[in-house]
Amino acid sequence: MSILQNLCQQLFKRSLWVYHANSGGCNGCDIEVLNVLTPYYDVERFGIKLVGSPRHADVMLCQGPAMRSTGKALRRAYEAMPAPKLVFAIGSCACGGGIWHDTYSVLGPVEKILPVSYYIPGCPPRPEAIIYGVAVALGVVDKKSAPVKFKQMELAIPRYHPEDLKEENGMVVYQKCEKI
Amino acid sequence: MSLLSKIKETLICFKAGRVTLPYPRETRPVPPRFRGRPVFDAAKCVGCGGCASNCPAREILMVDLCQEVRVVKYIGRRCTYCGRCADVCPEKAITMSKEFETATNEIHDIQQELELFMGTCQRCGRCFTDAGPLDQLKMKGYRFDELDKDRWVYRSAGYLEKEAAVRDIEIEMD
Repeated sequence: MSILQNLCQQLFKRSLWVYHANSGGCNGCDIEVLNVLTPYYDVERFGIKLVGSPRHADVMLCQGPAMRSTGKALRRAYEAMPAPKLVFAIGSCACGGGIWHDTYSVLGPVEKILPVSYYIPGCPPRPEAIIYGVAVALGVVDKKSAPVKFKQMELAIPRYHPEDLKEENGMVVYQKCEKI
Repeated sequence: MSLLSKIKETLICFKAGRVTLPYPRETRPVPPRFRGRPVFDAAKCVGCGGCASNCPAREILMVDLCQEVRVVKYIGRRCTYCGRCADVCPEKAITMSKEFETATNEIHDIQQELELFMGTCQRCGRCFTDAGPLDQLKMKGYRFDELDKDRWVYRSAGYLEKEAAVRDIEIEMD
């Protein structure tokens, strides 16, 4: 049994079976996910296959925010998936709650009810972005984004730094202007 | 007959050629009007807060650390890439980039934070009088971004209550 298990793990290392759950989105992300499965962005060549039941799935693709009406059903679908499981939050609704994040019927992002492992922001994300997200999850490519923090260390107004001013063609020029 | 039709179908299928895009190996250029992740240029930003008050998803926050320092925070979780912030920016400090490969395992990776110096009066440092709590709500380019203070945000429905208006007219008539 363990030999067969090992063989299966070796052979089907990168074949993800995805289950597609919409908990109250606008269908935009659904269409993009279906677009990924069409011959144009044929993901079945990577072993990714859409299945109809969460019991067969390795990955849950969540679209739409966690809503008051569908939250429980989404949680039950997640609990029905077999153990090594991933959750992808696709679209800005699933990542952050969407435009209607503060209405009475929306609980917020899906991570309020499920542990989300990968986020694919966009409204809707391009099919390429979804394939990229899956590739990041498989470890084929590295993620490209990192938090950006900019901190101004020096006041950008030239008159506060008279030592950097110089005369050029009868005009006063601030030397560090390009550097700011 | 059915065999013939099958052969015909096969020929049609072969005629279509190969349509699958070689995405992961080579990227296709995005459409010219595609809006991707907004990029904030700190050198151009003046910290007016127009983007914060126009963002429909409320993902751009303005926090004043002190009189001189303002923090512009773009969280980007529920950003719909509508491009309103880039549209309203007077200094063109926000540009909608063509970047769409933003998938991460850590949602904080799409954050952007700018810490800007704000000019103050050279004589006293605070020449402008503090706006009252009601005036602050009406100020353009400035908004409270704490959601618990959301109920203080001025809403036009307050003026449209039927009874109150009727009573007002009655008072005026008297």
